[in-house]
Amino acid sequence: MAAAFVHSHAAHCESGVMSSLLRHHGLPMSEAMAFGLASAVAFAYLPCIRINGLPLVAYRMPPRAIVRGLDRKLGLGMRFERFRSPAAGMARLDALLDAGELVGLQTSVFWLPYFPPDLRFHFNAHNLLVYGRENDDYLISDPVAEAPVRCARRDLQKARFAKGMLAPKGLLYYATRAPAEPDWAGLGRSALARTVRIMLHAPLPLIGVRGIRLLARSVERLPLERGDSTRLYIGNIVRMQEEIGTGGGGFRFLYASFLQELAAKTGYGALDALAVRLVGIGDRWREFALAAARMIRGRDPLAPPVLAERLRALAADEKRFFQDLHGAQRAWA
Amino acid sequence: MRERDVPQEANASLAGQRKVVYAVADDGRLRPTPTSGWAAEEVCNRLAVEDLQRRAEDARARALAGTASPLEYHMYRARMDPALLAQATGLWRWRVRRHLRPGAFARLSASLRERYAEALGISVEALARLG
Repeated sequence: MAAAFVHSHAAHCESGVMSSLLRHHGLPMSEAMAFGLASAVAFAYLPCIRINGLPLVAYRMPPRAIVRGLDRKLGLGMRFERFRSPAAGMARLDALLDAGELVGLQTSVFWLPYFPPDLRFHFNAHNLLVYGRENDDYLISDPVAEAPVRCARRDLQKARFAKGMLAPKGLLYYATRAPAEPDWAGLGRSALARTVRIMLHAPLPLIGVRGIRLLARSVERLPLERGDSTRLYIGNIVRMQEEIGTGGGGFRFLYASFLQELAAKTGYGALDALAVRLVGIGDRWREFALAAARMIRGRDPLAPPVLAERLRALAADEKRFFQDLHGAQRAWA
Repeated sequence: MRERDVPQEANASLAGQRKVVYAVADDGRLRPTPTSGWAAEEVCNRLAVEDLQRRAEDARARALAGTASPLEYHMYRARMDPALLAQATGLWRWRVRRHLRPGAFARLSASLRERYAEALGISVEALARLG
């Protein structure tokens, strides 16, 4: 390896992986910049995909969108490899590490022993970096961990070849070209346009601002007489928004940080005011989480329509926000 | 969220680890800020964890009473449900459901037991026990 690898602690696994990987290849880039340039902020409510009986709610683009988005924009020549046999997948990882490569992996969270037990669920699209190995241990930089960790070969293999939804199939990836100094304004403008398109004009009503409204409607209809399942349903929304590593407020704070940084890098000041507004929206998402948690704990009476009203207000706020972001994007000369 | 308002509420779920949120510092810039947790998210996570624990305990009680197979208990202990266990083993869902019954479980072949044990990350011996 040309230079020693430096670990950094991030909010979200995929943006953290790409931030560290780019820095390692000579292009310092913050997590927020990696997240925003890949147009990773979004909203999706997918009632047909159920995990433990609960619908999928996501505040971001699907897994690998950040890796692929930055690969395209920065010309990293990322290689992606999947494996049918675990033995072949582990052998290939060893060969790349021995050649000094920094390797990204997609894994399950459940089978990683260094994760806190109460956070180990069957989520198969976790990302981490492997920067070396010692005997039977892999040296891992997991962006959501404070410090580098170690993982035994057997456990890592199980995590890489977990089955089920979004099965990683041993996916590994690495960059084959050093990134060139990017044209920040050009990349920023196109990234903003893409995010606006997803949030306001997605072809499906499940995605973007309309997805928030659809979620509001289904929250409103949650039955009071089946309190336990209603509580699990709204608890699931809050977990997807806060618990799983979003930087708070369902990635809204992280995206606001990107807007600030893009403003500073390009001198386009209009984005600063938009960042402030988005922080306000993130705060209201946090208030929604708090209101939901109080109902779950029984501090407030369980009232799904109250939560639905908050979601509708958030949808309206986000609609205005992304419309104004669109305006700022078009006015950017 | 301002930096000084970032909750530091020591979530038990985080087991002493910290995670990063983005908060506004005094100079108005957003910065990554470590947090030991927030009670609101802890409540929701506990709810999910305890739901799975309760299902496992229910299944255990039924297995002891002879109305369910140990497989159901191990499935919930591994935080799975029949759909996920079917995907993890590559079996049809109806077959997994059938094996949740004590009679069908008792007649399982050695190779199917092996498959379940592998998917659940336990030994074949442990699969038949209610640990």
